[in-house]
Amino acid sequence: MKPAPFDYVAPRTVAEACSILTDAGGGATVIAGGQTLMPLLNLRMSQPFVLVDINAIAGFRDVTRVDGGTRVGPGIRQADALKNATLSRHVPALVRALGHVGHHQTRNRGTVGGSVALGEPAAEMPATAVALGASIEIASTRGTRTLAARDFYIGPYMTALEPDELVTGIFYPDWGDGHRVVFGEVAQRPGDFALTGVVGALALDGAIITRAGLAWFAMGPTPLAMQQAEAAIAGKALEDVDATALADLAMAGTAPFDDHHASAEYRRTVGRRLFVRTLNGALKQEHAA
Amino acid sequence: MSAHTLEMTINGRRHAATVEARTSLSDYLRMQAGYTGVQVGCEHGVCGACTVIVDGQAVRSCLMLAVQAGGSTVTTAEGLAAPDGTLHPVQQAMRDNHALQCGFCTPSVVCTLAALTEGDERPGEDDLIAAMSGHICRCTGYQGIRKAASALAGGAK
Repeated sequence: MKPAPFDYVAPRTVAEACSILTDAGGGATVIAGGQTLMPLLNLRMSQPFVLVDINAIAGFRDVTRVDGGTRVGPGIRQADALKNATLSRHVPALVRALGHVGHHQTRNRGTVGGSVALGEPAAEMPATAVALGASIEIASTRGTRTLAARDFYIGPYMTALEPDELVTGIFYPDWGDGHRVVFGEVAQRPGDFALTGVVGALALDGAIITRAGLAWFAMGPTPLAMQQAEAAIAGKALEDVDATALADLAMAGTAPFDDHHASAEYRRTVGRRLFVRTLNGALKQEHAA
Repeated sequence: MSAHTLEMTINGRRHAATVEARTSLSDYLRMQAGYTGVQVGCEHGVCGACTVIVDGQAVRSCLMLAVQAGGSTVTTAEGLAAPDGTLHPVQQAMRDNHALQCGFCTPSVVCTLAALTEGDERPGEDDLIAAMSGHICRCTGYQGIRKAASALAGGAK
């Protein structure tokens, strides 16, 4: 239960971090809050040669309003993001989801960017990024690129991030004043990974839903966008959406897994009911932005 | 494997040490600095027994490297009572409400409650009880801990 030996470096700039990652030739791992990575290190499921600590990089905890949305520095602590006024105002679905990420003690260290970058399929942050149409800013010595969260996740803890690349920010597009937040999760205890979960947002023009962003977590090898349900909801009046009738579309593409906490069948049954209950709650204005 | 020299203030005393990069804060506190009130249970962030206060915030010391705590101020359960032995209000509340039995989780529980009640924001009863989700206790059934948390929310500071 002790990590295998590694070197530790704490670069102060993105350029410095990227050159360390390049020089390590795939043998380096980035640590932010460490609340997901440290267990993997302690269990020796991850054995990097070099651990690159990004906590000292200037500006990595900033939340800024940019054209069309909000940019979140990857190193912001989950506890700080929970209390951030800009995020509460403009990205309330993220704040709602953050309340379910781990425990008070892990949120004090854990970061938004770390959770997004690692891609645990049952975690709230990756699914929230997918649902809200977030994009992920990536840097390496080869340059920078931006990838939609919907193209970022490949499998459990597998993402499109190359070994020499670093997540430098997450952009959450605006959903507009008064948009509805969709969030529901079933877990065995507060702070546990979800057995099934739904997250998203509904953009409104009066009583008409102009756009819907919805995603599952813990319902497959990656967070899953509910593309068919999103398309079916868009353009409808709030009162015309029948959540029960949409459940089949929402379930399309899900591939829940069996583990010792719950069977795939349990996740399908409970997930379907959670979807209906959560969407109905959002339609009835239980959580408006 | 890199070695790092670091300084940190633990329970009001300055400590200097050289640690391996992979040394967790919990192992450093227990085995090098000698604060064995820090308990190590699961070593992967589930049980909460290793919780200490780093720069005012309750964190899992098994999920933080010692090198990451360089320059920080750390408080463990040993650092809560006054030098004359007067219990910290959290410790007194735990005692008054029979909130411990075997004591293994207790140092971590008092650290979480102390960090919250000594912070700038006065936590409500719900906040204190919600923060207890980060601790596993196999003896008390949590009701004593819950009562202690409720009593602290009432203003015992």
